[in-house]
Amino acid sequence: MKSKTSLPASYRLAVTSRVLAAVVGGYLMASLAAVCLALWMPTSRADAVITGMMSSFVFYLLAVIWCFACRTAWRAWFGVMLPSAAFATLAGVGFWMVRT
Amino acid sequence: MKEGFRQAMAWLHTWAGLIFGWLLFAIFLTGTLAYFKDEISHWMQPEVQAHALDDARSLTVAQTYLERVAPTAARWFITLPDSRDAGLSVMWQDKIDPGKRGNFITKTLDPVSGEAVQARESMGGEFFYRFHYQLQMPYPWGRWLTTIAAMVMFVALITGIITHKKIFKDFFTFRPRKGQRSWLDGHNAVGVLVLPFHLMITYSSLVIFMSMVMPAPILASYGNDTRGFFNDVFPATNNAPVLGQPGKLLPLVPMYEQARAHWAGGHVGRVAVNNPSDVNASVNVFRAGSDRVVHDFGSTVSFNGSTGELLRVSAEQSLPAAIGGSFYGLHMGHFAGPVLRWLYFICGLAGTAMIGTGLVIWLGKRQLKHAKTGVMPFELRLVEVLNIASMSGLMLAIAGFFWANRLLPVSFAERSDWEVQIFFIAWGLSLLHAMLRRGRQGWVEQLSLGALLFAAIPLLNALTTSSHLGVSLVTGDWAMAGFDLTCLASGVFLGWAAWKMHRRSVPQPKAERARGLTLKPEAH
Repeated sequence: MKSKTSLPASYRLAVTSRVLAAVVGGYLMASLAAVCLALWMPTSRADAVITGMMSSFVFYLLAVIWCFACRTAWRAWFGVMLPSAAFATLAGVGFWMVRT
Repeated sequence: MKEGFRQAMAWLHTWAGLIFGWLLFAIFLTGTLAYFKDEISHWMQPEVQAHALDDARSLTVAQTYLERVAPTAARWFITLPDSRDAGLSVMWQDKIDPGKRGNFITKTLDPVSGEAVQARESMGGEFFYRFHYQLQMPYPWGRWLTTIAAMVMFVALITGIITHKKIFKDFFTFRPRKGQRSWLDGHNAVGVLVLPFHLMITYSSLVIFMSMVMPAPILASYGNDTRGFFNDVFPATNNAPVLGQPGKLLPLVPMYEQARAHWAGGHVGRVAVNNPSDVNASVNVFRAGSDRVVHDFGSTVSFNGSTGELLRVSAEQSLPAAIGGSFYGLHMGHFAGPVLRWLYFICGLAGTAMIGTGLVIWLGKRQLKHAKTGVMPFELRLVEVLNIASMSGLMLAIAGFFWANRLLPVSFAERSDWEVQIFFIAWGLSLLHAMLRRGRQGWVEQLSLGALLFAAIPLLNALTTSSHLGVSLVTGDWAMAGFDLTCLASGVFLGWAAWKMHRRSVPQPKAERARGLTLKPEAH
């Protein structure tokens, strides 16, 4: 434990940052992935929603693992936000197609 | 965290497991008990008499009762007795408030006499079932917290598998009487042995509450009309509205028979009547969950209540709904017969043991470093207190709950609430005790008390009721006998654990023990 307390503040900040990236960023990515599935699956509307919700937790898991496996906290955020942005774009297009 | 991938995953496994370990231990143990929820209720309400099952008679009796007691209710629910739950349960709701939950009145009837059973007030096994996913918190906080814990469990499981490179080789290594090593080997063994169960139970718990915790797809696809999603998934909930003209409800039994014919003899679990006194009354006959593994909430046959006309037979489930339904069905285990139910129970105990051993390992590893000085830093002491209170303390709370059921007078006001309060009081006291006593003594004293309380339950049952082992074994009341014997076995197990803890702490005086502990790592 003594060795832990002597760790620099920057290390602790980095760990906090990773936790936030995993919990918040991971949830965001999982939600957006689920939305994409719900809007793009070629099944009935309800089935697509169920599939999206049901598989979202696997996306969440992968995001969490990435956040703690990558080399720096910045990479953790980058690795979560990049797919989130991609899913958001895809979802946006899907949403627009449903509307029109 | 700069080391390799496996080290990073081990770090995540350790810390995710520690922070949610105490909560997960309670969730797992109460969930395991919930597999025997009906049997526990049977023990806790021995007044409910079992009769030979006769659905037609039960249904007629329930309808007569509800027409007499709640003719103007908005909804009736009739749950038929089955081989595990002998009571005929009727429930009604006077008025439906869209924003509000609850306001249900529930009564257990005797399926032959049709009168409300005069049983002692008790939540029975239902308490463990509810606690398992609501944690005695107001809606929806408990459900959120348990689902978050489930997600952490999922992460801990997968990272645990990644950490554990030689998963099968290590499975065949068990090094008994080696302190830390034995705990780790045990942790790995219970983890790997029932791994499919762990993965199934964890992922399914996420799926069960997915529309609550992952609402984004519903909102994206249905916009503000979330009701529309549930109407699509569960068509049976979309019922005819009240017309405001009084009507006469037809007997339910013919509708029940028609529904069974549609399911090729499948069983009926529950009958719901909407607006029973209205000309637009509707009757939904729900299929029993015990019929198959894949659960289908929407499996119903619907009738017009005043004409008897068949309105709708629910369609077969789509593939995604069937996958979701199998997650639900596997988690609940409604379909399981006695053998499979015991297997569920044992797997649940293995899961509980996996979490418990993990917590012990976390502390044990770090305690070694401080054994020389004999002073534990605050954070380790905190973990120790929480370990004791969350494990042996929970056992004491459960034992207290059962004892309260037999000792509180039947006429006691709010008796059922008091049983629950005693559960939490016992738990709180065990936390206090763990704070006041030194680590091992805390363990030994709580485990010994737990052993005594559990082992004495068959005796307590014999003194307070007429359904003791001598009677239940002879008449073949297996639920009653099984409960007594399981408590006895739990008492023996806790006694063994207390003895083990005691033996390891007593022979060496304090200083010597400290030396023994520091020498251990060198021995390997």
